[in-house]
Amino acid sequence: MALPVSPKPAHRRFHQARWDEPIIFELSTPGERGILVSQAEPAAVEALDGIEKQLSSLRRSSAPALPELAQMRVVRHYLRISQENLGADFNVDIGQGTCTMKYSPKVNETIIRTPKLSELHPMQDEASLQGVLEIFWRTEQAIAEISGMHSVSLQTQGGSAAIWANISMIRAFHESNGEGQVRDEVITTIFSHPSNAACAKAAGYKVITLMPDANGYPDIEALRAAVSPRTAALMITNPEDTGIYNDKIREFVEIVHEVGGLAAYDQANANGILGITRASDAGFDLCHFNLHKTFSTPHASGGPGAGASAVSERLAPFLPNPRIEKTDAGFTVNYGGEKSIGKVAPFFGVAPNVVRAYAWIVALGASGLRQVAEIAVLNNNYLLALVRQIPGASAPYAEGKHRIEQVRYSWQGLFEDTGISSEEIGIRMSDYGMHYWTSHHPYLVPQPFTLEPTESYSKSEIDEYVAALAQVATEARENPELVRTAPHNQTVHAIDHDDLDDPARWAITWRSYQKKYFSGAEAQLAEEPVSVG
Amino acid sequence: MQNSTVHPYIPNTVPSVIEEMLAVTGASSIEEFYEDIPQSLRVKGLLNLPEPFLAEAELEEHVTGLLNKNRSTREVISFLGAGVYNHYVPSVVEEVINRSEFLTAYAGEPYEDHGRFQALFEYTSMMGEMLNMDVVNVPTYDGMQATATALAMAGRITGRSKIIVVSDVNPDLLSKVTDYVRSHTELVFVPTVNGLVDTAALAAQVDDATSAVWIQTPSFHGALETSGQAIADLAHEFGALLVVGTDPIAYGSLTPPADWGADIVCGDIQSLGIHQWFGGGRGGFIAVHDDPKFVMEMPSRLFGLASTSVEGEYGFGDVAWDRTSFALREEGKEWVGTAAALWGIAAGVYLASMGPTGMADLGNTVLARTAYAQQQLAAIDGVELGDSAAHFREFALDLSASGKTAAEVVTALRARDIEPGVAIGEHGLLVCVTERITTAHIDTLVSALTDFLKEK
Repeated sequence: MALPVSPKPAHRRFHQARWDEPIIFELSTPGERGILVSQAEPAAVEALDGIEKQLSSLRRSSAPALPELAQMRVVRHYLRISQENLGADFNVDIGQGTCTMKYSPKVNETIIRTPKLSELHPMQDEASLQGVLEIFWRTEQAIAEISGMHSVSLQTQGGSAAIWANISMIRAFHESNGEGQVRDEVITTIFSHPSNAACAKAAGYKVITLMPDANGYPDIEALRAAVSPRTAALMITNPEDTGIYNDKIREFVEIVHEVGGLAAYDQANANGILGITRASDAGFDLCHFNLHKTFSTPHASGGPGAGASAVSERLAPFLPNPRIEKTDAGFTVNYGGEKSIGKVAPFFGVAPNVVRAYAWIVALGASGLRQVAEIAVLNNNYLLALVRQIPGASAPYAEGKHRIEQVRYSWQGLFEDTGISSEEIGIRMSDYGMHYWTSHHPYLVPQPFTLEPTESYSKSEIDEYVAALAQVATEARENPELVRTAPHNQTVHAIDHDDLDDPARWAITWRSYQKKYFSGAEAQLAEEPVSVG
Repeated sequence: MQNSTVHPYIPNTVPSVIEEMLAVTGASSIEEFYEDIPQSLRVKGLLNLPEPFLAEAELEEHVTGLLNKNRSTREVISFLGAGVYNHYVPSVVEEVINRSEFLTAYAGEPYEDHGRFQALFEYTSMMGEMLNMDVVNVPTYDGMQATATALAMAGRITGRSKIIVVSDVNPDLLSKVTDYVRSHTELVFVPTVNGLVDTAALAAQVDDATSAVWIQTPSFHGALETSGQAIADLAHEFGALLVVGTDPIAYGSLTPPADWGADIVCGDIQSLGIHQWFGGGRGGFIAVHDDPKFVMEMPSRLFGLASTSVEGEYGFGDVAWDRTSFALREEGKEWVGTAAALWGIAAGVYLASMGPTGMADLGNTVLARTAYAQQQLAAIDGVELGDSAAHFREFALDLSASGKTAAEVVTALRARDIEPGVAIGEHGLLVCVTERITTAHIDTLVSALTDFLKEK
C-alpha cells in the first residue's frame, strides 16, 4: 500500500537555524591551533639573525590577540554561522529587485576551481597564460556584441567601480578636447543607482538630478532645461528601477550630444533586454554591465562582483590599461595606451567571475540570451499581475503599461489601512524564508518594494512568493502585532538601531566592544550594554 | 536531438507554462511586453555569438580545455609578486567560502543573513587585532581602491589638498590613486634614500596645507620603513594625517603602523587566504581609530554589534548607514556597492585558523627566507641588492653589473621552469619570497641565475 501523502501546508514552514553561536573570540582556547605553518630552515634563521638589529624597532612586543582554535572548531563555527544565512540557493530571491538575483550554475563553480586559474600570476610568461587571455578576449568580444559597442574592458571589480571608470573616461575625454574645465556638470535621474550620482560627485562634478514626470518617465523637458555647454555627461539607466522602458531614450542621448556631452548607460541590470536592444542602438558612448547580475556570477555575500566597461570607438582609447589583443601569434597584453585612464583596479579584473560569465554566455548562446530576457520579462509581468491583486499593493506610474524586468511597487494603501510599513513587511517575509528588500533611497514611491523575478524562478516559485506576500498583507490587517514584532522564525530578534548610530555605543570590532563596555570606562557605558551571549 | 526551447537554467521555458502565464497577464505574446521599445532600437534577428555548448559536459570540456592551456605557478618555481602573492591558502578557507549559504547570499537584512553579518564582523575584528585599530571596514574592491579612498578621506578630514608620497609605490597603485584624487588633491613626491623615507626632505615639504603623508610599507620593493614614528610626529606637528598602505600578513611578528602613529591604515587582503586568481582575488581594507570624525568619512559598509529585543543575544547591523551613498547619493562620501565581502570572510577564516602563533610563525618564516634569498642572490657576481633596508617578502636586485638585462634573465630562467621575478626597468628584478618558497627553491634560483650570468 502506498503511503498517504500529507496535506500541503498553506505556506512553507520555515525556521532559520539558531545555534547561539558565540563570537569567535569567545571560543578561543589558548594554545590551540588551526593550521601549522612552514618553518624557516636553519640557514634562513641564520640569515634572519643577521638582520634582527635592523628589525629591532619593528618587532611586535605582543602577539595579536587573534582567537586560538583547533581546525575542526574553526570549521564548526563557520559552518554553523553559514546556516544562519539565507543565500539565493535557498530562497526565492526575487525580493532583491534592481540586483538581478539569478541562478549561478554549479558547473561554473567546478570549472573555476582549478589551479590553472586560481594559481595564475598575472605577470607570468604570456605563453603560459594563453587560455585565460583567450577567455578574457572572448568575453570582451561577446559583451561588445551584446552592447553593440566597439571595445570592452573587464578590469573593474564591480558595478559601481565600472560607473567610476565611466566617469573617469568621460573626464579624460573632455580634458583631451581641452574642455576639462568647462564641462563640470553631470546629469542623472533619481531612479538611477545612487552610485551614478556618488561617482560623478567623487570625480569632482556638480550633479543635476532629473525627477520623473507624471507617468514615471525621466522628464525630458527637465533634461532640455538642464543641458548646457557645461554638461559633461548624462548617466542614466533604462529601464530605471520602475521597470518602465523610456521610449525616448534616443532623444535623451541626442539632446546631450547636441551640447557636446557624452551619454553613459548604466546597464548593471540588462537582464530584460539581452538580445532585444543595445546601448549602441540608442547612441550611447559608454555603458557597463555587472557580471554578477546579468551574467550570473554568484553575489558572494556582497562581492567579489565584476564589471564590464563597453565604449564606442571614440572612447576606446580611454579604456583602462592593460588591454588584451589577439595576434597571429596568440593573445598578448598591451600595457600602453597613451590616453588611457590607467589602472582602475589591479591587473585584469576578477578572473574567476570573468570565467564564470564566459561559461554562462557560451552555455546559452544568442538564442539562449534572448530567451533569458524574454522569460525574465514574462515572469515580471506575471508577477505584476499577481501582486496587483493583493489588496493594499500597487504599482505606481505607467498605468496599463507592461514593464521590463522589475517593478517598484508600493504598500501605501496597506500602510494607510494598517500602519504597517514596507520595512516591517520585509522582516516578516523572512519568517517565511523569503528575502525582501524595500528599495533604494529616496523613497519617491511611498512604502516601496522592488521585485525582480529574472528568468531563474519557476511559475510555482513566483506563486509561492506572492502567496507569502499576500499572507503577510492579510496578517497586517488581521493581526498587525504579529508583523510588527517580527521576526519570529529567525536566528535573532528585533535589533536596536541606536547601538549602531551612536558613536558612544557603536562597536565596529570586538576589541572596540570590549573597550567600550568592559574596560575601566564600563561604568559610564554599561547602562545599556549588549548582553554577553 | 536537443529541445532548444527548454534550457536548464530557465525553468519557465516549457510552452504550456508560458501560455498559462501569458493568460494571467492578458498579453497574447511575450513580444507584447516589449511594445515600449521602438523598432528602430531593436536588434534584428539574433546576436552574432558562437554556437552555444548546450550539454553541460560539452560546456565543461570547452572552458576547461581553454584553461588547460595555462601553466600555473604550481608547475614552476615562482618568485612573482608585485602586488599578487603566492601564499598558501588553507583548505578550511575553501570549505567555508564555497558554501552556498555564503557564496550565493547578497544583500539580506541582518535578520535572515545573521551569519554573513557575524562572519564579516569577526573578519573586521580579527583585522583590528592584527592592526591594533578599532574600526575596520567590510572589504572594498582592493588595496588600490582602499588607498585611494583613505587618501581622499584624509583630504576631507583635514580640509586640505596636498598629499606627500614618501615611499616607493607600486606604479599601478599610483596610477589608480592619481586618477582617483586628482580632481581635488595634489600629489607631491619625496624620493626615497636607499629604499626608505628621506625624513629630511619630507621635513622641507610638509606644511599647513598637507592633508596626508603617505607611506607604503613594505614598499613596492619590499622595504620595511623604520622611521615611522619620526614621520608620524612630523606629519602630526603640521596637523597632517599619516596614511599607511601595508599588507597585514606581516603583523604577526612586526609592529603594526598604528603603534607608531598611523591615523589611517589601508591595503589589500589577498595574502590572507585568497588565491592569486590571475591578479583578481582582491579585497581592500581601511582601518581607523574609533573617532567619529574618521568613521563618518568612511564610505564603505561597517558592521557592528547591536542589542536585540532578547537579552543574551548578539545582533548585527550597518553602523551609521546614513553616511553612505545608498542613503545620500551625491551627498555621500564617495560610493558603496558590491565589493569583496566573500574575500573578507575568507580572510577571517584564514586569521582564525592561523591564530597568533601561526601569524607569528608565518611572519618569521617569510622574513627569514627573504633575508636568506637576499644574502644568497647578492653573493652572485654581477648581482647587487637594490637597497640595504630590511625587507619583507620582496626585494629588488640590481643586475647592471652583470651585463644582462632583467628581461634576458626572466626569459632565460623561464626556460628552466623558474619565474625569477618581475622585471622593473632595464636592470631591476623584483623577487618575491613567500612561505611557499623554501631555501631549496632559493638555491635552485641562485644556481640557475649563476649559470646564466656566466654564459657569454
